[in-house]
Amino acid sequence: MATKSNSVVDFEKIKSTMSDPYNKPIQVINDKGEIVNQQLFDQFSDEELVNFMDKMVWERTLHEQTMSFSRQGRLGFYAPTLGEEASEMGIASAMKKQDFIFPAYRDLPQLIQHGMTVEQGFLWSKGHVNGNMYADGVRAMFPQIIIGAQYVEAAGAALGIKKNNEEDAVAYTFTGDGGTSQGDFYEGVNFAGAFKAPAVFFVQNNGYAISVPRFKQTAAETLAQKAVAMGVPSVQVDGMDILATYLVAKSAREYSASGNGPTLVETLTYRFGPHSSAGDDPSRYRTKDEEQPWFDKDPLIRMRKVLTEKGLWSQEKEDKLVDQYKADFKESMKKAEAAPKQKVSDFLKNTFEVPTPNVARDIQKFEEKESK
Amino acid sequence: MAKMTYIKAITDGLNQVLQDDPKTLIFGEDVGKNGGVFRTTEGLQDKYGEDRVFDTPLAESGILGLSIGLALTGWRPIPEIQFMGFTFEGVDSIAGQMARNRFRFGGTVSMPITIRTPFGGGTHTAEMHSDSLENFFTGVPGLRVVTPSNPYDAKGLVISAVENNDPVLFMENLKLYRSMKDDIPEGHYTVPLDKANVVHEGSDVTIVTYSAEVNESLKVADKLAKENISVEVIDLRSLSPIDTDTIFASIEKTHKVVVVQEAQKMAGVGATVASEIAENKIMSLDAPIGRVSAPDSVYPFAMAENDWLPNADDIEAKVREIVSY
Repeated sequence: MATKSNSVVDFEKIKSTMSDPYNKPIQVINDKGEIVNQQLFDQFSDEELVNFMDKMVWERTLHEQTMSFSRQGRLGFYAPTLGEEASEMGIASAMKKQDFIFPAYRDLPQLIQHGMTVEQGFLWSKGHVNGNMYADGVRAMFPQIIIGAQYVEAAGAALGIKKNNEEDAVAYTFTGDGGTSQGDFYEGVNFAGAFKAPAVFFVQNNGYAISVPRFKQTAAETLAQKAVAMGVPSVQVDGMDILATYLVAKSAREYSASGNGPTLVETLTYRFGPHSSAGDDPSRYRTKDEEQPWFDKDPLIRMRKVLTEKGLWSQEKEDKLVDQYKADFKESMKKAEAAPKQKVSDFLKNTFEVPTPNVARDIQKFEEKESK
Repeated sequence: MAKMTYIKAITDGLNQVLQDDPKTLIFGEDVGKNGGVFRTTEGLQDKYGEDRVFDTPLAESGILGLSIGLALTGWRPIPEIQFMGFTFEGVDSIAGQMARNRFRFGGTVSMPITIRTPFGGGTHTAEMHSDSLENFFTGVPGLRVVTPSNPYDAKGLVISAVENNDPVLFMENLKLYRSMKDDIPEGHYTVPLDKANVVHEGSDVTIVTYSAEVNESLKVADKLAKENISVEVIDLRSLSPIDTDTIFASIEKTHKVVVVQEAQKMAGVGATVASEIAENKIMSLDAPIGRVSAPDSVYPFAMAENDWLPNADDIEAKVREIVSY
């Protein structure tokens, strides 16, 4: 529909240019495994390249093992990460120990890279408090179930980090494409912007919020451009390209850690499988025709090609890694399954530092019951 | 000692915690340079600086989420929600997040957050400023809810709330802000959390109440004393938890009870108090549990407040009914 000629504002023209700065996501290796930005590629040593591949193999093996445990009924809620290895491990590779991370429920791989043990990841999935009890010095929130809450909390941690005068530390948080529709998404980025706080916000756009495709969330052409509303610089990156994702995450982190305020990064990725292990069936809302081109963009395939051509990778090497990781994960599951039974009296004790009288009465009641 | 209004007593308490602990932070909408829309934080930014007392963007969920992140990085946040009706915008941060975090982390993480928020009727405010919404929060495990009825308690309770290492929702009654003065001790003192207070001793009937209805109840106690009806008035102060020990001890003495609240009957904490009494002390009662509360409508349009809010006349009628049962 054309704008009436007597209108003082050409809204169509305004709309057509809104996503202009975001229309070319940063990429180092393309879908075919070709290096499209040699200068960026040359920044990486052979060892680093192998390390990135190793991490993606680790995450994919973790995914496959958790799906297998889920089918055996040995895990509870678990959100699959198949296809998102480059996005998640690229982001995770740029984190530093001193960063405070606020994961969403699909971000266990990053959380584990930050210091949660695999055993704790499994316990979190099964529903055991020990899954949330990280070792001293691991600065992380548990995986957030309320979509968007991690964003406002990350803004607060970023302000806390700034007030503590901590050097080279940021709050690091993640959400999905659907999460960008939440009020807390805007409030979190806006607060961090207004306080010039060191927060790095990631949007892992995997195309779907359960069954709802990304284009039904918003009329915005990119999710990165949403940060314009908050006055926060943002960028889009090919989230199937671990090198590009890492470089962008690292730049965003450095910019924010240097006192310039927050940044937002949208990684373009795709969820290869279901939303969760709880019976979601993507064939209800997606077609093979839509899925196949994305499967062809598999982040492992393209990295494998690049590394093999450089003589840095082989199928035998990968098989060996997979076997080793599987054995590790099985060992972690054994440990998780040996966790002590949870006590209601402990839940009550953990509700307040100083129990209220009603809680104190319940503690006594349950301790008596549990001692029988 | 100095004579102070309820609001000045809160300011004095906030000044005390800012002075005592460099990790305390006050923030919210207009709490900085402006000193708060009711002047509760007046002078505090000048004295402690913008790093300690600061304004935020206008977003309640953001303010409360900010508190959680600040608490996780070692701070002791004292956020303000400008009016309690606006807490709906931040219910997840309160009930879904901060109140659960100690539990979620297996007791290893504290959320020492005190949320201050004004509420209460009788001053002809605009919509959603005066609603008594305590019942939305008293059912949240991990959260304490307190509300003072006088200046002395206001200062002592706010200090206790801030010094506590778990989240506390601190409700300030708008009508009480400037309607009374108490002698307030200088410096640091506390009024305990989790504890009710017998504000008027009596032997014929117990009134269990809180906030502005404490004063309405005291008027009734004074009036009925002239007719030799001896009324004991309990100010709950803590709405979560309810101090049942103090209530039960009084009922053992009077054997009759009236529960009074400003909130609608379906809201407030009156039903919790009544059920605790019914569950534990029914054999000690010589009459049914009396209840006084607002009608179960939406909070009234300003011009109808006086017809809607429970007052001393409503309380007197119910007390007479229960006493003569």
